[in-house]
Amino acid sequence: MTATTETRPLPAPAKETAARWRRQLSDPAVGIWLAALGVTLLGWLVVALDGGEFLTQPNITGILQNCVALGLIALGQTMVILTGSLDLSVAFLASLGTLVAADTMAGEDANLVVGVLAVLALCTAVGLANGLIVTKLKVNAFIATLGVALILRGWIEDNYTGPSGAVSPSFQRLGYDRIGPIPVSVFLLAAVALALWFVCRRTRLGHHMFATGGDEHAARLSGVRTERTVVIAHVLCALCVGIAALFLTARFGAGSPWAGTEASYDLESIAAVVLGGTILAGGRGGVVGTLGGVVVLAVLDSVFNQLAVDPFFKNVLRGVVIIAAVAVYARRRRSTRRSA
Amino acid sequence: MSTVTATPVRATEGRRSRLTQALGTALPVYALLLLLFGALAITDPGFFEADRFLAFVRRAAPLVLLAAGQYLVIVSGHFDLSVGAIVTAGVVVAAEIYQDFPGAHWLVVTLALVAAGGLVGLVNGLVSTVLRVPSFITTLGMMLILQGGVFYWTGGSPTGSLPEEFRAMGRNDVFGWLPWAVLVCAAAGVGVALLMRSRFGRTLIATGDSDRTAELSGVSVHRVRVIAFVLSGAAAALAAVLVGGYSGISAQAGSGMEFEAITAVVLGGVLLGGGRGSVLGAMAGAFALTALFTLLNLRGVSGALEPTVQGVIVIAAVAVGAANWSRPRARLLTGNRPPPGSADPTHAPGPTDSTGGPTA
Repeated sequence: MTATTETRPLPAPAKETAARWRRQLSDPAVGIWLAALGVTLLGWLVVALDGGEFLTQPNITGILQNCVALGLIALGQTMVILTGSLDLSVAFLASLGTLVAADTMAGEDANLVVGVLAVLALCTAVGLANGLIVTKLKVNAFIATLGVALILRGWIEDNYTGPSGAVSPSFQRLGYDRIGPIPVSVFLLAAVALALWFVCRRTRLGHHMFATGGDEHAARLSGVRTERTVVIAHVLCALCVGIAALFLTARFGAGSPWAGTEASYDLESIAAVVLGGTILAGGRGGVVGTLGGVVVLAVLDSVFNQLAVDPFFKNVLRGVVIIAAVAVYARRRRSTRRSA
Repeated sequence: MSTVTATPVRATEGRRSRLTQALGTALPVYALLLLLFGALAITDPGFFEADRFLAFVRRAAPLVLLAAGQYLVIVSGHFDLSVGAIVTAGVVVAAEIYQDFPGAHWLVVTLALVAAGGLVGLVNGLVSTVLRVPSFITTLGMMLILQGGVFYWTGGSPTGSLPEEFRAMGRNDVFGWLPWAVLVCAAAGVGVALLMRSRFGRTLIATGDSDRTAELSGVSVHRVRVIAFVLSGAAAALAAVLVGGYSGISAQAGSGMEFEAITAVVLGGVLLGGGRGSVLGAMAGAFALTALFTLLNLRGVSGALEPTVQGVIVIAAVAVGAANWSRPRARLLTGNRPPPGSADPTHAPGPTDSTGGPTA
């Protein structure tokens, strides 16, 4: 704690560029993309040594495809976490979303729009419920969204025993069509990311979200309607989950009660967000970092698959990597905070 | 307005405040527990017969242990999401040990498991404090590692069986009527309650309330937090012995238990983010949660709808608690920062403003 009390020498002009570089590098969003690059190179090297080929076109397409669902959910989770809240209901909401979409579409193109709207309406309602329970009933976000997750789980288990419904044929193209090597769904992810980036960085709502997450009390005293901001963040998150659910439906061709829980999107999305440098307590971070976190996880997954690592052992490695990566940031953040 | 009120009224208010202070933030959970017990008595008049009630306590015992351990971590300002995985790993590892050493004494195996649980807690604690990784991520990663490791080791489906004397602690009785589990649970409860009254308990709460203040007052913040994690891991391993004894080997033995434990702790009026709440409340929360499961079973709520009812009741119970006793100090904290509201001067508890200001 002595570092905070020391007076820093004024930076000499020559050191300024170096300092700026260091600051840029210590930005987690930059760091995670560098890490993604590093992981890719390392993966390419390891797979090459193993006698395989990593950077093939089908493999890259697969990695991109794998990014989409987790990416969409993690983007939504970023909004909530930035605001200082949390959403543990995303996995069950994604499952319910696929079921509702497939049931409403029932394999007919005529029902496509209705199906999409039904999912988005469902998600808006769940997001509103989450937000209102957190703000109006003052239930801790962890418990509130866990409770909502339980409610959704009961709903799913009571009404569905297995895959249900069918996706309309033209909608299925969202899951499988490609433009060159890039899946169409990646453009969907990019569009959502761009929209959310714009919301975060360029709109009043975004600034209010950062302010609320940074210090809710101070934000309220400064005139920010913190409760409304939290509710909107929850709705945005749920809508992202809805879009992810639509993508998963297109991919599976039917609704599945396990679509969200099997991949444990609730905890994975939080891990991706934190990997991307967003602080769990809120107020710092962003969309770009989260995307980087998702890419790192997807590349790692692909490398493990290429090396035919045992799926259970894959979990062990993933756990180690997540902890190690966040440990690196935490160290860096501490040093920058101390000197600031 | 307090100048207008007559002295005798103030005196009763004072007494009431002492009572509420003694019960602390856990008051709603005791009310909930009474409510649930009442409902159970109405639904099933035989519920409070000694053996039935002891059987209920035995069912609750693992969750009570987990809640006590989780309380220590939460009150110090952290999370432990790895306890469910520790329970699963404990059960599976016990089976593997008995496959390799069929003659091992049950006490040795139990102690080895508890030590291993403590070791997992030690890693959790060191990574969360020294490396400053948010404990949510540390313990989440530990959960992945333990689950993956156990399944990798056993090839996906744990086999083997636990010998009778090892299972005794989970399902047999002492003197023919008192379940071992109840004894373990009571011993752990008394132990933790005493621990919280000791110097360690007070520094733990001070650390959770504001680690900066605690550090400046000479508390070795890292050390108390690491000890909390170690105790949580050891408690989870002990719970694994009870679970393994009661229901045998399963790859799902502890799945979801981390969330149940955290729910129990919060139900008990403990603030996520640390610094507030009592361990008795946390353990009462575990009993309340088990009573709720029992009630739902007896009421014949269909298995599928059970989570829904549980979710609604948990949200409602916490909402009632939050509305009466606390303010939105911090919705979620990862530990390394004092809650933003802790500097809030209006937060000081006390029934002095009986006229009631806006409590928004």
